[in-house]
Amino acid sequence: MQNMNLYSRGDRLFVRVNMVLIGLFTLSTLYPFIYIAAVSFSSGFAARAGRVVLSPVDVTLAAYGRVLSEPQFWNSYGNTFIYTVGGTITSLIIIIPGAYALSRPQLLGRRFWNLMVAFTMWFHAGMIPFWLNIRDLGLLDSYFGIIIAFACNAFNIILLRNFFESIPSSFEEAARMDGANEFQVLWKVFVPLSKPAIATITLFCVVSRWNGFFWAMVLLTDEGKIPLQVYLRQTIATLSDDEEFSSTLIDAPYSVETVTAAIIVCSIIPVLCFYPFAQKYFNKGILLGGVKE
Amino acid sequence: MTDLPASSAGSATGVSEPATRATEKPMRERLVRLADHFKREWQIYVMLAPMIIWFLLFLYKPMYGLQIAFKDYSIFRGIVESPWVGWEHFETLFNNSQFLRAVKNTVIISALSLIFGFPVPIFLALMFNEILHALYRRTCQTIVYLPHFISTVIIAGIVITAFSPSAGIVNTIIGWLGIEPVYFLTKPEWFRPIFIGSGIWQEAGFSSIIFLAAIAGVNPSLYESAVVDGASRWQMMWKITIPSIMPTIIIMLIIRIGNLMEVGFELIILLYQPATYQTADVINTFIYRQGLQSGQYDLAAAAGLFNAVVAFVLVMTANSISKRVSRTSLW
Repeated sequence: MQNMNLYSRGDRLFVRVNMVLIGLFTLSTLYPFIYIAAVSFSSGFAARAGRVVLSPVDVTLAAYGRVLSEPQFWNSYGNTFIYTVGGTITSLIIIIPGAYALSRPQLLGRRFWNLMVAFTMWFHAGMIPFWLNIRDLGLLDSYFGIIIAFACNAFNIILLRNFFESIPSSFEEAARMDGANEFQVLWKVFVPLSKPAIATITLFCVVSRWNGFFWAMVLLTDEGKIPLQVYLRQTIATLSDDEEFSSTLIDAPYSVETVTAAIIVCSIIPVLCFYPFAQKYFNKGILLGGVKE
Repeated sequence: MTDLPASSAGSATGVSEPATRATEKPMRERLVRLADHFKREWQIYVMLAPMIIWFLLFLYKPMYGLQIAFKDYSIFRGIVESPWVGWEHFETLFNNSQFLRAVKNTVIISALSLIFGFPVPIFLALMFNEILHALYRRTCQTIVYLPHFISTVIIAGIVITAFSPSAGIVNTIIGWLGIEPVYFLTKPEWFRPIFIGSGIWQEAGFSSIIFLAAIAGVNPSLYESAVVDGASRWQMMWKITIPSIMPTIIIMLIIRIGNLMEVGFELIILLYQPATYQTADVINTFIYRQGLQSGQYDLAAAAGLFNAVVAFVLVMTANSISKRVSRTSLW
């Protein structure tokens, strides 16, 4: 579109108005982040009085001091890393070979297996039977339970299977001539050719693991095992429910608001670090999955 | 496709052989071929097995467990041993004003999200398309995609902080206008606007990707000939871009309608409180409270089954309509 010339004054006006509107939308997307960062660096008193608008008021690191000195914060941060790394690796170990098998024409009952995977996108048993099942499997309150119970989802499998199916068979023929078995063909031919698709599902796994909270909240009662999001929720719950607790802190250099904001900032930072790498792929990834079932 | 021959073809030609022999030989042949197939191709089954076991264990076993929706479930007896009660739980649900309210709220919140949320990514994509400054465009896109990657808990944290009665920015701003502070999150009439607004803030940017891709696929020669004819950019947007992406818009709309029963209940759990249940409580939050918090597993499972069946019918209908639409309007 860049080389298109703007002929009339109307066109130029139209383009400028567009730029302004997009700019406003972008600023309104950005503003809550700026606001939270400003609150996190403000004094508890200023935050409680509602004096923080755009930049920190009475700049202080007290809220961060409070957050970072809390052992439970570090513990839950570490747990989130365990769930994210362990969960993503588990997902890839199950999904990559599984999707490869589903893409093989010689697989017996291929339609059946594919339908079995796809059906779970349209119908699921729901929260209660899922929870009872996890309980009956003895996976409540366990690291392994959280990691394994959310390892697969139909969308990622179908995305990767479609990608594998789109790879022409001429690529694998040379490897087959050399007597490669299925594992070697997958590892040496298909995986290297499928980097964009694998990167995309890795991204989806990492993001959903890092952000996951509901099932972690429901399945984990042991404080020592909760991830960051559940810890953050507990802090927020104190903020919204317990008015007295907040007012007792009136003299402290931090308030529940600034502490919450500081935890939010700490939990967003890894996402921001990961984001530029992810961005390269998600355009492509969304299109790979596309509207296709 | 497979190495197995259509085994029935051979026996059909046989002239009145004894019945046992007629079936025996192809059977044995088939078994031999099957064994052969597995001997040669066992590796792909080894690759498939973990995934299939996972699906059986974590998604299909709960479907078997759904039978508690028709049982008087007792933890001590377990799923299988608990006595059947038929449709009792469903009768209870449909006489329960809280459940009926949750169904109503689910539909209303979904419909409002659709009406207010659906057009926004389309406008964004059309506007991004008109921005000629590449760096400006890329920067804005990077920023508006970002909230999609932020967790629900953080969204809730931001909303609660921003709308807090004493400290929140929203009350600070309306204070400048001379309006008394409002404790928004305790007001039933404010729950839906806040919930839907934060949904748009989080997802509108990212959802525009699919429409931008559709716009990128429009044949450039259409624009070139329009330029020759002296069309303005505004006219090209209305006469070329929008008609060209209409199939995508319609398909996305159908998919959204198919997902009507899916409300982002995680955010609701984080934002609602008893004071706002009347406008905020949806089916999934009802299930969560009745089942996981109060331990009425059978009743909550029945509510879940109702939700899943309605969702299934909607999604299937949407799928078949969208297939028909994409066939007729794309080709």
